[in-house]
Amino acid sequence: MKPICNEACLELSFPARVSEASPGVAQLCAGLAHRGLPAHKADDVKIALTEAINNVVEHAYAGIAPAKVRVTCRLDQDRLDILISDTGNPLPGHRPPDGVPASIDTTLQNLPEGGFGWYLIHQLTSDIWYERSDGCNRLSLRFDFARHR
Amino acid sequence: MGLTSTTIGATQVVTVHADRIDASMAIQFKDDMRSETEGSVDRVVLDLSGVEFIDSSGLGAIVASMKQLGEDRKLDLAGLHPVVEKVFRLTRMDTVFRLFATLNDALSVPVD
Repeated sequence: MKPICNEACLELSFPARVSEASPGVAQLCAGLAHRGLPAHKADDVKIALTEAINNVVEHAYAGIAPAKVRVTCRLDQDRLDILISDTGNPLPGHRPPDGVPASIDTTLQNLPEGGFGWYLIHQLTSDIWYERSDGCNRLSLRFDFARHR
Repeated sequence: MGLTSTTIGATQVVTVHADRIDASMAIQFKDDMRSETEGSVDRVVLDLSGVEFIDSSGLGAIVASMKQLGEDRKLDLAGLHPVVEKVFRLTRMDTVFRLFATLNDALSVPVD
């Protein structure tokens, strides 16, 4: 049987709580760097992964007991795929939000203070895929290394 | 979270003593900024040189801090690490705030 994970694969599960998110992301980013994630992609991955985990913590488990979030990373020569799974509430409409933030071309008091999470994820990834099945959310983020930003 | 400040002329420098501003501390940051900036200086410079990471919640807290200052006081940002600057640039918030590479740079421009 073909192994699901090899040395280029990294998996981490942790409770979907705000206090666990930052150490979890730090551990994943350190593991990815160790496995050869290109340095010029490290910040992009950290920002997008942080926003995706924050969404699980703040929205998927909003109003229900938080369970775990599981992150599986697969690193290939020219791309990284990160699968984030949780058993919380589905994304609205069962699809990832477009992530268009409120305009910043406005008065001081009308400046948006939120809504940037999905926008950042869209800007930093080359592909986003989402599936809701069996009470589980599976969000996959792809980072291509060939395309320099 | 740790904030300290000094006032130089009409400028108050608020220094963040935390290596990140994220979802776990965004509300605290906003509240601490409110109490730290009570007063009547014209300009506040937020020294972010110790901040190595920021997420969208932290960004929102900094925007909220600027709103708290009202129309008559400016909030400028100094000492941004590359990843912090990237979050501002991607969200175009670099056009809303004045960003300075260092605190010295921020202090060497006249208050406008």
